[in-house]
Order: sequence, then structure tokens, then C-alpha cells
Amino acid sequence: MALNRKIAYIDLDAETVRFEQIPMEWRRKFIGGRGLDAYLLYTNTPKGCDPLGSDNVVIISAGILGGTLASSASRTHITAKSPLTNLFGSASMGGFFAPEMRWAGIDHFVIRGKASRPVFIYAHDGEIEIRDADFVWGKGVYDTQARIRSELADEETQILCIGQAGENLVRYATVMTGRKDAGARTGMGAVLGSKNLKAIACRGTMEIEISNPEEALEYNKETIDRVVSSKASQSMQRWGTNFMFGITNTTGLVRTRNFQYNQLPNSENLEAENLEKFSVGMDACFGCQVHCRHRYVIKDGEYAGTYALGPDFTGQGAFGAEVGCRSMDTVLVCNHLVNDYGIDTLEVGSMIAWAMELYEEGIITDKDTHGLKLEWGNDEAVIALIKQVALRQGFGDILAEGPLPAARRLGPDSLKYLIHVKGMSNLNTDERAAPAWALSIAVSSRGSDNLRGMPAIDLYNLPMELLEKVYRSPDGYDGPLTNSFSEYEGKPRMVMWQELCYMAVESLGVCKYHTVFLSPNHPAFTEFSRLIQLNVGLEFSEMDLWDCAKRCYTIERLFNLREGMTRADDMLTDRYFEEPTRLGLPAARGKYIDRNRFEAMLDEYYRLHEWDEAGIPTPELLERLDISDLWTPGKN
Amino acid sequence: MGKKLMIVDPQKCTGCRNCELVCSVKHNGVSDPSLARIHIVKWDDERFYMPMRCQHCRDAPCLAVCPKDAIYRDEEMDSVRINHDLCIGCKMCVSACPFGAMGWNPKRGRVFKCDLCHGDPQCVRFCDVKAVDYVETSKLCCDRMRDAAENYAELTRRYPR
Repeated sequence: MALNRKIAYIDLDAETVRFEQIPMEWRRKFIGGRGLDAYLLYTNTPKGCDPLGSDNVVIISAGILGGTLASSASRTHITAKSPLTNLFGSASMGGFFAPEMRWAGIDHFVIRGKASRPVFIYAHDGEIEIRDADFVWGKGVYDTQARIRSELADEETQILCIGQAGENLVRYATVMTGRKDAGARTGMGAVLGSKNLKAIACRGTMEIEISNPEEALEYNKETIDRVVSSKASQSMQRWGTNFMFGITNTTGLVRTRNFQYNQLPNSENLEAENLEKFSVGMDACFGCQVHCRHRYVIKDGEYAGTYALGPDFTGQGAFGAEVGCRSMDTVLVCNHLVNDYGIDTLEVGSMIAWAMELYEEGIITDKDTHGLKLEWGNDEAVIALIKQVALRQGFGDILAEGPLPAARRLGPDSLKYLIHVKGMSNLNTDERAAPAWALSIAVSSRGSDNLRGMPAIDLYNLPMELLEKVYRSPDGYDGPLTNSFSEYEGKPRMVMWQELCYMAVESLGVCKYHTVFLSPNHPAFTEFSRLIQLNVGLEFSEMDLWDCAKRCYTIERLFNLREGMTRADDMLTDRYFEEPTRLGLPAARGKYIDRNRFEAMLDEYYRLHEWDEAGIPTPELLERLDISDLWTPGKN
Repeated sequence: MGKKLMIVDPQKCTGCRNCELVCSVKHNGVSDPSLARIHIVKWDDERFYMPMRCQHCRDAPCLAVCPKDAIYRDEEMDSVRINHDLCIGCKMCVSACPFGAMGWNPKRGRVFKCDLCHGDPQCVRFCDVKAVDYVETSKLCCDRMRDAAENYAELTRRYPR
């Protein structure tokens, strides 16, 4: 059956492996995937551990539905204490790794220690070997995967690995599966690098029994038909996630020139339609009919002929609007470079944009940049800096340390230009006109991010009936809701609902594009409940799932509190409150976040999560969620 | 109604492998691509994905090599079928198939290959882009020609003279 997959505890100091069954009690409380990862991280790392030290534990998992008929049950989740934020680190990636993990018999890898030499882990049909990785150390992501497949003489092997950036402990290095699927945020690649762990290879033929195969097949079809019937999915099927750039840029929600503007004018070259001439077809993760990214070939220049996947929406922002560039060719080259070196698109783009603003303001000069002209729209400088960051050369070595350490190096004047939350750079959206989005990035458990709790559908001005159908379920919320993205009222509920929805979907191991992210009509808690029942035979009511998500999100919160986070860290930088937007549609122009109303949203958000006004989960909540053993008030 | 033919279009395939998943569940009740009768072949550097499965050959090597006549042509379905009552499990057909489309399931102790799901291939049903398709032979050429012509039309729209 699907639930006999194991947790593999691997100690790289002693080079030992221990398998353990996942207790049913853990399934009922934490489901699997990201949810169980949160519990495992909390209970397996000591408070205050060095994120790049041997005490830090890195956990890689498939969700409870990984590899089953759940429509895109493809997601791999990775978690560890983050070397970027020193708080909860977490990233989710698509591709084919998670199903292969499960066919190899494993649901969670829990890896501690540090290998004495470069190694990779090879898991196959219930067995695990720790092998020498000298032959791939120093290699990029594409090359590493090809060489390991060749070494193992099995082309079907799925590989999760780091590139040079992870080896060089760039604090926002990614882990990659395939050419494109990045566990990008919070620097998980550096954690693998610090452990001398270059890769994990999986290959398996262990059957995952489907509880009710006939009904699961029919329900899978129903789910696929429903997901691909939405406008958002159909747009992604043709243009990839890139279609979002046009919508958000036109509205005035795209961070431009670091934070100077909220829209990039004359951006035609960056629009999704312009990708078609490079595209040789679309590409999908396991079992997914949305196939949201292109396969493309770079046409001209130094990288002519390079075959890569992507870029996604964030690439258009990070290597386009944020740095003031307007070239799709540059976006394609940068996307290839970050994937091959293994660096976070969002973080590196934001760091370069920040450096460009510092350069413009004279806070850094040619002397700091070793002669690199960090002028807006200097495509060559962007490409050069990506390489410098990955290889820790020149000015890139400073940027490789991440936002706050880099700001400390460049002096206090640089800090005010930094757009971050909890030490993680913001993505490429500008949330000044959309309070719900602003709240979501401020409170996210992993730092500034759109994939933790952003109610993207807030932008659609949906009919209230539809909005209520989504956000009042499953617990019968009866507080306010508003359908204009300019409002503050009712937004905390939307953010909190999305956080729990994403927690649930990532515990299942299903992609967010198959739940309420870009479409209000996609599956959510009710459908999750049925998917679990049909595929793995467990009965979870939608309220059970809601409570599980709440429990697991609260554990992520507890982890952060244990590491010293406070309410003050659930905050945007001052520019959100002080600099009005200058461009965009009337609803997005001249907007900034009102500090008092933001604080009121924060209060309401805590209240909805049943956390106190300092953002600390109440003893009653912990008692009810049966996790009071994790937290003793005043003694953590 | 004319006979139907299973065709693949590597240009359309997105490589998602849902066909492998649904095939394996449909025939075995489990998720395990090693038991699927269809497989998406991928290379790191090639720019397409290739769905591979039984071609239902006209002059089938598996059929020819079978010592017990356990493999036969179903003329109505225009397909190659296995009669498991006659099969002795010698696996000569596995060796003979030039496409690797004949598999061996060690747990059940029997060979397996595509049976077109008795006329409703699930790989086709679940493939949204129809990289695998099951079409009437009489329409086959017309459909492909139309697709090819559409490329030309699209180019003309995009770059008008």
C-alpha cells in the first residue's frame, strides 16, 4: 500500500542509514510531505543550530499522495533551518523526483551530519547507498544529473542535486530536480553543500497500491477536466506562467528598478507571447496536464544552441523589470544560468536590482563592483553578476551572502533600499496596491514569498458569492470578506485560508496550480479529502484536513519563534508605507500600505490563527491541536 | 466506422507520464510505471519526448516467435493480443519485440503489453494534448495534414506578407 513508505534517517557523519515506519498517529496529525516535514524539523534540530553546521537536519519528502492519481502529485518538498533567514527553511519543487522516491520505497529522507568527502545518496527499491561524488563535484546541475545517470547506468533514475552555487554555500542556492524544477527559496542548496551532499538519486519499482483504483481513475479524470477548464490553466498551457506578467504589469503590480516603480513600460519584448518563437514545445511535471513551462533553445550569442526549460513568471521579473532590462534573450540566458548553477531566481534578481539602486545612489561605486557598471538595464552586468554570485567571485561574493549580511557589508545606508522580509528578498511583485498580498508576504513562515499565502485571486474582483464559497469553507467563517484588491477588510482571512490550503496541498504533494491559487474553481479541502480516500484509503474530513494544516502551519510558526522571531519580523520594509506607487491603472497608482491598517490586519490575522497579539500560538490552541508538548510558554 | 489506429506525436508530448500512471493503475491497480504498457522515453538533451508502446505490428515478431500460438491478431480491433490460457511464460516474445513493448510481470508470472483497453485506451483518454491518440484510419492523414497546415496558417497570421 501507499502508506508503507518509510522515513530514511541518514547520518552522514557515521555514514549510517536507519529506516522507520511512519506511525499512523503522525499521518493523522501531520498527513505527510511539508506537514510532517515541519514536525520532523522541529523535533530533530536543536534550537539555535548553525544552518550550515552538521546539527542542521535537511528533510526531503514526497507527499502522502505522491505518485498516485491525484493530478500532478509530483511535488518534492525540502526543509531545513535556513542559512538565508536563520528561520524555517522550506521549498517545494515539481518534476519527477517525488514519485520516484516513493517507488524506491521512501517518503522522507531525514539527513544530518556532514560527509567527510563529496557524496551522493542512491536509493533504489528500499535500499540506500552513500556513494562517492568526486566525479560530479564542481559540475553544474545539467551535467551532474547526466553523469550520475551514466554512472548508475539507468536513464530512468531521478536526481535531486545542487550546482556550483550550493557547493559554494551561496545562501540562496537551490536544489534542483531535472533541468528546471527548483527547490529555490531559503537556501536549501547551501545546506546540502554544507553537508558535502551533491545529490540524491532515486529509482524504484515498488508498487504504490491504489485503494480504489477504478474510482480513483474516474476522479482523476474529473479533476483534470476541472483544472484544465479554467482560464488560468488554459493560459498556462499555452504561454506558461509567463502569462501573469502581462496582467500584473499592466495593472501596476510588478516591482521595477528594485522598488522605484511598479510597472515596466515598453515591456513588449518581455511578454509571454514573445516566448513562442524560442519555444520548441511545452513541458510538464509528473501527471500534470497544465504543463506550465516551455522547452526552449537560446538562439544567439554566447549560449546559442543551449536547450533549457522555463523561464517562469519570476524570471521575467527578476531578470527583466526588477533590473530594468527588456530583453527576452537575457531572461532566457539568465534562467538557464540560475538553473545550471543552482541559484534562486527571485533572490539573485532582487539582490542585483538592489545593488543597481545602490550604484545609482552612489552608495556603492565601481570600486566595490570591481568595475562592473551596475546601471539599470545593463543586461551584460546582470549575466556577469549571476556567474559571480554562483562562483563567489568579485562583487558577487558579497551578494552571495544574502540580503542582510550583504547590507551589513555595504553599510547602513544600503539597508533602506533592501526589499525583504525576515532576511529573504521579495519576489518580483509590488504589493503596495494590494493589501492582502502585502500581508501575505509579511507573515509568511519562510520570509517574503508569494507561495505561502498569497490570495492571487483577490486580483480578479470576483463576484462575492464565489469568493464566499471559497473563503467561508470549510470551517464556516462568518467574518468580513471583500472582493476589491484595494481593500484591507476581510483580507487576513483570505491570507490565512490560503496558507492552510497551501499547507494541505503541499502535505498531499500536489501542485498549487491544482488548487485555489490562480482559479477559484480549482479543487480544495473537499476534493483533497476524496483524493486521499480514493488513493490511499484514509478517511480525513475536510475539517480534519483544515485542522492538520493549522497544526502544521503552527509548528512552522513555533520553529520561528523558537529561533527568536517576533511580531516585529512580520513586517514590510518602510518603503511600502512611505513611497506611493507611480504607475499603473488607477486602482494601483498612488498607492501605499497604510501602517495602522496594516497593523490591524496583522492583529486580525493572528486572531484567526488563534495566536496571541505577539503572534504566539495560545496554549488553548496547542492543547486542541495536541502539540502542547512542543512548546512551553516562556521556556523555549 | 473504419478501423482505428493508435498514433503518437512526440512534438505534442509534454513528458508528464500520466499515461504510464493511468495504464499501470488500470491494469494492475497500482502506481508503478515498470508495469505500464506505455513509456515516455526522454533524453537530457533531446528536445522532444517519445511515447513508446506496442505497435500492434502487421507482421508481429512476438506472434511469430510464440511456440504455443498464444499471441494472435484480433482482426476486428486490428491489434495483437495475448491469450493467457495458452501462454507458457517462456518470454520468447519479450526477446523478440524490437520495441521493448512486451513486458514481464514477475509477481504475476506473466507477460504483458498494450491491449488497447478493449477499444478505450486510457492513455489516450487521459492525455490532454493527445500526444497519444486513437483515431480512425480514414481520418488519420487528414488530421495530420490539417495540423501541419495550421502551422502554416499560424505563421502567415503572425508574419503577414
